[in-house]
Amino acid sequence: MIRVEGRGLRKVFNRRVIFRDVSFSLGEGEVLLVTGRNGSGKSTLVKIISHVLSPTAGTVEFALDGAPVKGMAARHLGLVSPYLQLYDEFTAAEHLRFAMTIRGLRPDPAGADEVLRRVGLHHRKEDAVRTYSSGMKQRLKFAFALLHRPPVLLLDEPMSNLDAEGVAMVRGVMEEQRGKGVLVVATNDLTDIERYDARVDLNGRER
Amino acid sequence: MTPHPAAARPSWIRSALSVFRKDWQSELRTRYAVSALLMFVLTTIAIVLFALGTEGAPAHALAGMLWVVIFFSGMSGLARTFVTEEERGTAMTLQLTASPSAVYTGKLLFNLVLVYAVNAVAVLLFFFFIQGFEVRTASIFLVTLFLGSTGLAVMSTLIAAIIAKANTKGTLFPVLSFPLLLPLLLAVINATRLSAEGAFFTEALGEFQVLISYIGAVLTVSYLVFDYVWKD
Repeated sequence: MIRVEGRGLRKVFNRRVIFRDVSFSLGEGEVLLVTGRNGSGKSTLVKIISHVLSPTAGTVEFALDGAPVKGMAARHLGLVSPYLQLYDEFTAAEHLRFAMTIRGLRPDPAGADEVLRRVGLHHRKEDAVRTYSSGMKQRLKFAFALLHRPPVLLLDEPMSNLDAEGVAMVRGVMEEQRGKGVLVVATNDLTDIERYDARVDLNGRER
Repeated sequence: MTPHPAAARPSWIRSALSVFRKDWQSELRTRYAVSALLMFVLTTIAIVLFALGTEGAPAHALAGMLWVVIFFSGMSGLARTFVTEEERGTAMTLQLTASPSAVYTGKLLFNLVLVYAVNAVAVLLFFFFIQGFEVRTASIFLVTLFLGSTGLAVMSTLIAAIIAKANTKGTLFPVLSFPLLLPLLLAVINATRLSAEGAFFTEALGEFQVLISYIGAVLTVSYLVFDYVWKD
């Protein structure tokens, strides 16, 4: 059982308050929707939840079966976002091997094949990422985030660059995550997500 | 939810080796750092060669020149390991997936292998082209080369991580490195001079102690501060 708690989050960049007083509490099977206009801090909040950016004030804590997760949350977390970049000179298959080993886990070629089929990239798995279109790169980011089956999945603008088939794939991923962990979706387009359990609207949070 | 079969016991060593392996594979495909380092070695040796002409130079001056070649070639390529991650926007991918100490260790291993390989080539070329450079106590020279290369890689890796986020990375790296590498450079130049003069191994122990202490101190500081350097 996973829990994600954000308490009293505030972020200031160069004396400019991006947002303040952001709190949420998510249990297994729950979805948090983060909305707000451009520059309101959606991606900043996602980075803070991912532990790659420190908040100016407040805390984000993960708990597994009631015990707080100490140190790296990476093992329990998958992130798909426009600012998360992959390595152009590596193939999809190499990325997925790396996705496991860099987390300190054993490579999982069978799991990699399965997730590549799911995102529709299996037929191009031996091609370097530099030959991919932007939509294919977005699909690979999903494979990279999903392979280790994280209990917490963070999706920032998840439908970026995807065609109709890709959008359907993402909807399937979101529905599945709802049944097995915590899902956080940051988007401007409310049609991206049909059902959610909590919402953080960042508009007006800078004051 | 079915637990992932591979998710049972994450290994810090596997994570660090994975960063090293990724960097090494990337380097084999792009050859960016190796090319920069070797070109710098060749260029600086050629300049030393032209400057000396046929006149030669005393052993202590040649010992210094060898480390000038090594220092400047290191400055041209050792920052790449972190700078490319920032330039390509992949630093966050690493931050998200590996602990800071595993990233630092992987990057350090990569820089160590790079420095050992390039310095071995630099020394061979220096012996081949620079007349009058001779080593009478090989043991002192080899230990100095090993410790000097290690110290250079350890310090450069930390400085590379610090400057990678700056706008003026190219200039900042040698400017910041020189004062921090000065104790190392003084010790290696002295020890190399002793090896050229045919001193006994025990005479160089003082310099070795300085080098080992330097490496130990920089490694300790690196692991203590890297979390703060790497995040945000």
